[in-house]
This record gives sequence, structure tokens and C-alpha cells, in this order.
Amino acid sequence: MKLLSRLISDTESRNLPDDRLLTGWGRTAPSRATVYHPSSIDELASIIREPHRRGLIARGLGRSYGDPAQNAGGSVIDLTAMQSIHEIDLEAATVTVDAGISLHRMMQLFVPLGLFVPVTPGTRYVTVGGAIASDIHGKNHHVDGTFGNHVLRFKLLTSSGNVIDVERTSQPDLFDATCGGMGLTGFILTATIRMIRIETSMVLVDTERIANIDRLLTKMVEDDMRYRYSVAWVDTLAQGKALGRGVLYQGNHQNVANSEGPPELEGPKRSRLSVPDLVPASIVGTMTARAFNEFWFRKHPRLERESPEPLSAFFHQLDMVENANRVYGSRGFVQHQCIVPDGREDALRWILELLSRDRVPTYLVVLKRMGEGNGLLSFPVAGWTLAVDIPTGWTGLSALLDTIDEIVLDAGGRLYFAKDSRMRPELVKPMYPDIPRWREIADRHDPDRRLASDLSRRLGLRGS
Amino acid sequence: MKNAVGSVQSALIIGGDSDIAFATCERLVRDRLQRLILAGRNVENLESRASALKAVAPAVSYRCLDLDVLDFDSHEAFTSEAFADGDVDLVIVAAGLLGDQARDEHDPARAIEVIETNFTGPVSLLIPIADRLVDQGHGTIIVLSSVAAERARRSNFLYGASKAGIDWFSQGLGDALHGSGVGVMIVRPGFAKTKMTSDLDIPPMATDADAVADSIIRGLRRQSEFVWVPGKLRWVMAILRHLPRPIFRRLPL
Repeated sequence: MKLLSRLISDTESRNLPDDRLLTGWGRTAPSRATVYHPSSIDELASIIREPHRRGLIARGLGRSYGDPAQNAGGSVIDLTAMQSIHEIDLEAATVTVDAGISLHRMMQLFVPLGLFVPVTPGTRYVTVGGAIASDIHGKNHHVDGTFGNHVLRFKLLTSSGNVIDVERTSQPDLFDATCGGMGLTGFILTATIRMIRIETSMVLVDTERIANIDRLLTKMVEDDMRYRYSVAWVDTLAQGKALGRGVLYQGNHQNVANSEGPPELEGPKRSRLSVPDLVPASIVGTMTARAFNEFWFRKHPRLERESPEPLSAFFHQLDMVENANRVYGSRGFVQHQCIVPDGREDALRWILELLSRDRVPTYLVVLKRMGEGNGLLSFPVAGWTLAVDIPTGWTGLSALLDTIDEIVLDAGGRLYFAKDSRMRPELVKPMYPDIPRWREIADRHDPDRRLASDLSRRLGLRGS
Repeated sequence: MKNAVGSVQSALIIGGDSDIAFATCERLVRDRLQRLILAGRNVENLESRASALKAVAPAVSYRCLDLDVLDFDSHEAFTSEAFADGDVDLVIVAAGLLGDQARDEHDPARAIEVIETNFTGPVSLLIPIADRLVDQGHGTIIVLSSVAAERARRSNFLYGASKAGIDWFSQGLGDALHGSGVGVMIVRPGFAKTKMTSDLDIPPMATDADAVADSIIRGLRRQSEFVWVPGKLRWVMAILRHLPRPIFRRLPL
């Protein structure tokens, strides 16, 4: 009896809300919230029925860089306890899963069945709910579009307690407003996703060192369409003729026909390495960054064709060590991700020149060509996206990024809410001209504006 | 909300007529500030400060609130008023009175005024303000202390004692608020050339309101807990703090 009662109290205590400081992956601008951990839809529904003084917002694995899954002084609902699989249809290659499940778990379960997630970002530790709310993209955006493009339907629990079956055709408004809506339309409960069929768990990768930005852009325009996956790493500290030199990675899933030996279908494993929380903020300066960039450029072969790599090695280099975000030290870092439309390569070049001129200590700069976008608050538009990690302690960061934002705005581009932690609120409307319509839809389903996050407050996303 | 690089969108200034506070506001309104509340004894002065800022940043909304730091009973109501329009991301306590050491050390009423303006009054305000910030789950408090808080000096120990009081209170408050999302930053300027010190001779390593404001902004960007202006004063004071008294007493400080 004693044991039983202890077991019961243990389960209960696990579900109790707790007050916690939260940050995003960039570890900046912490704020305190009451975090709830529902393990069922009923529990979630009853939490939502309670009054919440400063609103509520869903949180998954906290991989957004800024503040969309924080709610200062309010309530944050951690949905990662809900990660069931409801249905697998091997013929249609669709799965129905809880929103709290991670892409990591999905790969572990579904890769052995020959199904791969349709879109994966640089980390597989994101939830399906977060993937929809940020309408994430991956190395295959130019071919496959965003995560939202592969969602057939989802169930949404609104702030007033209604469960709505949202299908692209029957509820187009709510569907589009939720994909990229940063969790501000409701709580995604389950989603049905069309997966990609794969024959092996290997990717055939072409790797090439490219001498400068002009060649990189030309090369990506020329042959991106021959690859399902394509992304470039850029050395922003290189100068002069080497400005924007980089390494281009392009790949396709390996088929049985072109694999030697028996085909492998193996899901990813969790990394055992972790970065300790001890890195001093002072070591991430320009010198270290230059040394790293030089090393990373030289480490790659000039040209390598069809090298087979496991899925996780190709897609998730960031996941090789846990807590990789700690390498930037205790002050954290900002990831700036912008997109400029096709034809405005001049803006891209200008941004690279600024980063190079100011000797900004960057390590992970990623350039990717994007296909057509989805509208409302979804980030991608046809063009070029550049993502830059910069440690927060770097002097002049704020002013430099504001200047870059102006260039992006002038080029008709925009910034990515899943990465943002510092943009000017005035830029939201010119960058996302569909926002008035998004606000109407969000207000229709959350009329009392109970859904709120630090991001929505900081940028005034819900409007006045 | 504050952002990842320490920019704030709303600020409350206690002692809104202070030169250092004004110089800091000039920088804040050019950055992300949307709402500024200036509080102080003389609303006319506050309004002229606000209109000077408005010339730089017309889109910011300005509010001037009447506040007597010595009227402790009014502080709860004042705090409610200051937070009535929404979250306050940043509170700067800049109210201060230098006094006249030679005169005040023989005049208890004036001595008490220095202590209450610099220490008791700010404590009486910071308690309800800190509670509001904890409720909103985020915020930064900046307290203007002084290098005079580091060691008692013959020439200004009344002012020094009051600043030591508020400095120690703020350090403890910072620890009490650790983990609440609210941070406390203590600023210790050396001699700053402002209207407060306009009658005094300028000693070496003197600073001014603009330099202090720049350091405050840098402190916000770096989430500093202590800011010395100029920065080297930290090391100078580390030595002076430990000098034997017979030697320290003879220094022309």
C-alpha cells in the first residue's frame, strides 16, 4: 500500500505545475512562467479552462532561438509528455501523431519502416507541434516546401476549449494561420503527416569547397534542382576575393539500386556527448571564430562525390553533442535568419560584406536557396536565406543587426520568428504584409487574446 | 519586453530630472523604447525633459508622474499608477541628493534628508516595484549607487553612508530576485560632472552623464550586475578599500 501510494504521488508530482525561468535555444532574455505538464487532452483542456492572469502558450523542446515559447509572469504548457502514435498508414505513407512527439522519436520509429520525416531542420529535437507552429523548413525547401506543406490535417484545441479538426480544404484560414502562427491560434493536439518513402537510411552527399560568394550563388542556382537536399556553410570572416567562400553540401536519399550490400534502415541514436555549462563568454571572440572558420573550410575536400552518410550525420550536425548552445558561453547568442527574394543577391552580398568588415565572430553561417512560400506568417519566400549565429557579448551586435534588417527590408525580404530575439516591432508589418488577415483569424479563434508569448508581446504580433 | 541584446520597450525613471537618467533615456528612446514614465518632485522639469526627448523620438509615449521620494505613504499608490499602462521592462532609480557634508554633519534634519532621499525613499519604492516586476515575470532594476559607497571618506561620509545603504540593499535584492526573471544592476560612477556636482571642483578620473549612460547601456547589453564608471575605478577602489585607515585618512579624497 505504501509503495502504491508513493507511486501515485510520484505520478502526481510529475504533473504538477512549477515556476521556472525559461529561455529559448539562444539562452537570452530569460523570463519566469508557471509551466504545466499535461499528459492527456483532458488534463490540457482543464488547464486551459482555468483563469490565466497573463495568458498561456504551448512549449515543445524549446529549440526556437528567441522567446516564442516563453510567457513572462504567465502560463506555459509543456506538451512533450503527449507523444503517442495514433495511426500509421504504410500504403499512403501517412502517420498521425501527438504534437508533443519529437522528430527524433519519429525517425527512430519510422525510418525502419522506410518512412522519413518530410522536412527536418538542423536539429531533430523539435516537436511536431513546434514544427507546424514555426512552419519549419529544411535543406529540401526548394523541392518540398515547408513542414506545413506535408501536414494533411491536425486537431487544434482553441483557448475557449473547442477542439477543431483543421483540414487544408475545409478550414483553409485556420490551417494557414496555424502553420507559422507561433502557437498563437491554439494548441495543436495531433497531426497527420505525409512522410517521405526511403529505401535506405543513407544519403549520398556531394561536398564541394567554393571559393567565393558569386561562385556559390551560381552553383546553387545551376544545380540545386538535381538534389533534394542542398545547403551551404559560409565563412563570413573571409575577405576580398574570398568573400563568402564556403562549402556546399548537396544530397539525395540512397536507393537500394545504388547501395552496396544489404540496405540499411536505421533510425538515429541520441548523442552521448554534452557541452558543460562552463564555457566563459570571453573565449568566443573573433580570433577563435577565424581559427574555426579556417579549420572548417580546410577540413572539407575540394570536391567529393556521392559519399554515403547516415541521415543524422547529414541532417543534424548540431545534434552530435547535446547542449551545443552552451559553446557560446553564459550570455548566450543570437541567431539572425533572414531571407531575400530572388534577384536581390546584391542585398545578400552586402550583408556578407558587413559581417566580414566588422569581423563579426560567427561560427555557423548557413546559406540556403528557398522555393515558393506559403503566405500569412510562414517565413519562406522564393530566394536566399542566410542564418548567422553571433554570441550576445559581441559589442555592436544590436546596431549591426538593425542595419542588416534594413537591408533585408529594402530587398523585400523578412526575418524568421522562430529565430528572432531582437527585431524591431515596426518591421513586422512591412515584412509580413498578410499579418492583418492573420490577426483576424487569430482573433476569431482566440477572441479574448488569451494566447500570448514573450515574442507576441515584444513584437505586438496580435495587434493593438 | 526586453530583447536578447538588452534593449527595453518600456522604462520608469525615479528621479526623471537627473542628468544621468536623461542621458540614458536619450539612448533608450533611440533604440527600442516605446513608453517612458518620468517620475520626480518637479513635474515641470520632467515635462521639459520629456519634450527634449520627444524632439529626438516623437513616436515614444511619454508620461510624467509627480513623485516625492520622501513621502513614503504615497509609494504604493505611485507604483500602481506607474504600472497601470502595462509591463515596465526597466526601472532606473536615479533620485539622489548630494548634500553639503560640512554643513549637514551638524544639522540632523539635513543629514536625515540626504539619508532618506538616497536610501530610505528608494527602499520604500523598490519594495512595491520589485513585487510588480516579479508578478510580470521579467524586468531590470538599475540603481545608481556611487563609488562613495565603497569606503567611508571624511569629505562625504553622509552621502557615502546613504549610497552604501542603497548599494547593499540592492545587492541583497538582486540575490532575493535571482531566478525570478528580474535582474538588478548596480551602477557605481565616480565623480560625475552633472548639475548635482556643478559647485564642486573636478577631481581626477571624473566622468560625465554621457559616459555613465554609455556604460549603463553596455551593462544592459551584457546583463552586468555591477557597472563602474569609468571601468578602471573598480581596480582603484579594490586597492583603496584595503588601505590601512591611518594612510587612507591622509589621502586628499
